Amino acid sequence: MKELKKYRVAYLYIAPFFILFGIFGLFPIVYGLYLSFFRWDGMTQMHFIGIENYISIFKDVLFWRALKNTLVIGIIAHIPILLGGLALAFILNSKLIKGENIFKTIYFMPMVTSAVAISIVFQQMFGNNYGVINYFNVLLGGNKINWLGGDGSLIKVAVIVMFAWKWVGWNMVIYLAGMQGISSDIYEAASIDGASQTQVLFKICIPLLKPIIIFTVIQSTIGMFNLFTEPFILTNQNWNGGTNNGGLTLMMYLLNKAPQGGTLYGYASAVAYIITMMIVLISILVNKGTTDKSDPDYIAHQDMKRMRRERRRAARQKGAAGV
Amino acid sequence: MRMLLLFAAIAVILILIRKFVPRGKKIALYAVLIIVALIMLLPFYMMFVMSTHTTSEIFHFPPYMTFGKSLIANFKSMNEQVNFMRSFMNSCIVTVSYVALVLFFCSIAGYAFAVYDFPGRNTLFAILLGTMMIPATAGVIPWYIMMSRFHWIDTFWALIVPNCANAFGIYWMRQYCKNNIPVALVEAARIDGCPEVFIFFRVIAPILKPAYAALGIMNFVNVWNDFMQPMMVLKSPKMQTLPLLLRGMVGDRGTDYGAMMLASTCAVLPILIAFLCASKYFMSGLTAGAVKE
Repeated sequence: MKELKKYRVAYLYIAPFFILFGIFGLFPIVYGLYLSFFRWDGMTQMHFIGIENYISIFKDVLFWRALKNTLVIGIIAHIPILLGGLALAFILNSKLIKGENIFKTIYFMPMVTSAVAISIVFQQMFGNNYGVINYFNVLLGGNKINWLGGDGSLIKVAVIVMFAWKWVGWNMVIYLAGMQGISSDIYEAASIDGASQTQVLFKICIPLLKPIIIFTVIQSTIGMFNLFTEPFILTNQNWNGGTNNGGLTLMMYLLNKAPQGGTLYGYASAVAYIITMMIVLISILVNKGTTDKSDPDYIAHQDMKRMRRERRRAARQKGAAGV
Repeated sequence: MRMLLLFAAIAVILILIRKFVPRGKKIALYAVLIIVALIMLLPFYMMFVMSTHTTSEIFHFPPYMTFGKSLIANFKSMNEQVNFMRSFMNSCIVTVSYVALVLFFCSIAGYAFAVYDFPGRNTLFAILLGTMMIPATAGVIPWYIMMSRFHWIDTFWALIVPNCANAFGIYWMRQYCKNNIPVALVEAARIDGCPEVFIFFRVIAPILKPAYAALGIMNFVNVWNDFMQPMMVLKSPKMQTLPLLLRGMVGDRGTDYGAMMLASTCAVLPILIAFLCASKYFMSGLTAGAVKE
């Protein structure tokens, strides 16, 4: 009791988090799962319907379209984000380049600007009859392309461009900090051994930066599943994602069920849970899939786990023998 | 397609320069950096340009790439259409109060986890780390229902209170405290007779300034630009934050596009200027958690 009194201040300081998280974090998450088994319009009686919500989601063509769009946008956009980010960081890390901070600042600018404002600008830039992108296209001898209209498939291109434009600088700054954290001895040793720049990038930088790269991939994957603002504004706030649902994302699909479009609260909750599961699953897969089984740290960790298990088993047997 | 061909052609030219021109490697690298920089800057430039043109000039083809003369006309038209200052103030109120609360709650909790060795500390900290693994998406619908039950729809409370003691901020503050606060300092304050509750405020808080700057900037940028949460809870025009104001101008038939562009510019400019003045802090703040300091 005296102990607790002594640390009263510490408990007082951490209390706000646990109270607020209990109310606004934990409760919604648990209640969301509960709600996903009900049919509820937000006003009248709730009806327990088991996993019917989940079944009807998986039967909904629009859901699959939204999932496909989200994945296509996310996966294609990751190529320029990852490769571009790494390449730019590697170039800036080179001793030949001066003015590193100027370039870093310019590349990072999209990260601090409002997604709505930027989407408005991109909407004009991708405009069919007057957009600057079609202008460049015509200058190069091409035709005007109806990016945001047409059969709807090109909306994704616009969203990918925006997504990559926004995240490439963020990734680059993180990779650059990681590269600068690698000891210069390693670079020197490599150059003495006659390694080319490409070899340095692929054999030294990327392996050493792996934890950071995994972190950024998980972050932008979460960003991908939460993608909503950009396609929403680009399609003039069309909740169906424009022509042929070309820009419909999972988040848009969710919000359109409730509370923005309809009042299918149980159904929307089930969608939210499916999105959550996908985020968790992908994070685990990225982590697992990139674990290097020959990494000394990994082996040491596995050994430690095995030893602990054996010790526990031995203790249990000893206890059993004692009885 | 032609665009891709153009990029391919540029790449080939750069490789050739690199191979055959003396000091070509440096030139090629700079060329890559500058081309990317121009692509990154183009949307900003177009935004500024379009905000000085009238609607019909914006719809002109080929598009005007230089500044026009309608800046003042657009400004007048913007003020007729929307109450920009009101939204700007709303954004300021939400962001500033949210950031202040985040800094307060996260720093005291982070400090407690770093300095005090209270019973249950490790378990509680593990729980806190665990909460960061759950994506917030899971609770978005119940969160909205709660906000309406609390009668927090159309108030700023819904944006300020729920997330103001967030796990990431606490985790981050704890790391900073662990690395930067000598235990002897706390001991000394205690011996000098400073009451336990005030040690943090009198002695520790001033040391945490760099951490406050980074965490503050990170949350400031995120909340200032947030669109989804305000869209769900703020319904009436006079409560709109800036992203909502801009959204209201999109797609309306009678929209004055010049005014809309000017409003976008005005919404982006303050934070952009702040970023350009203190880009180092912004970058370290917004990438906090990715790179060990």
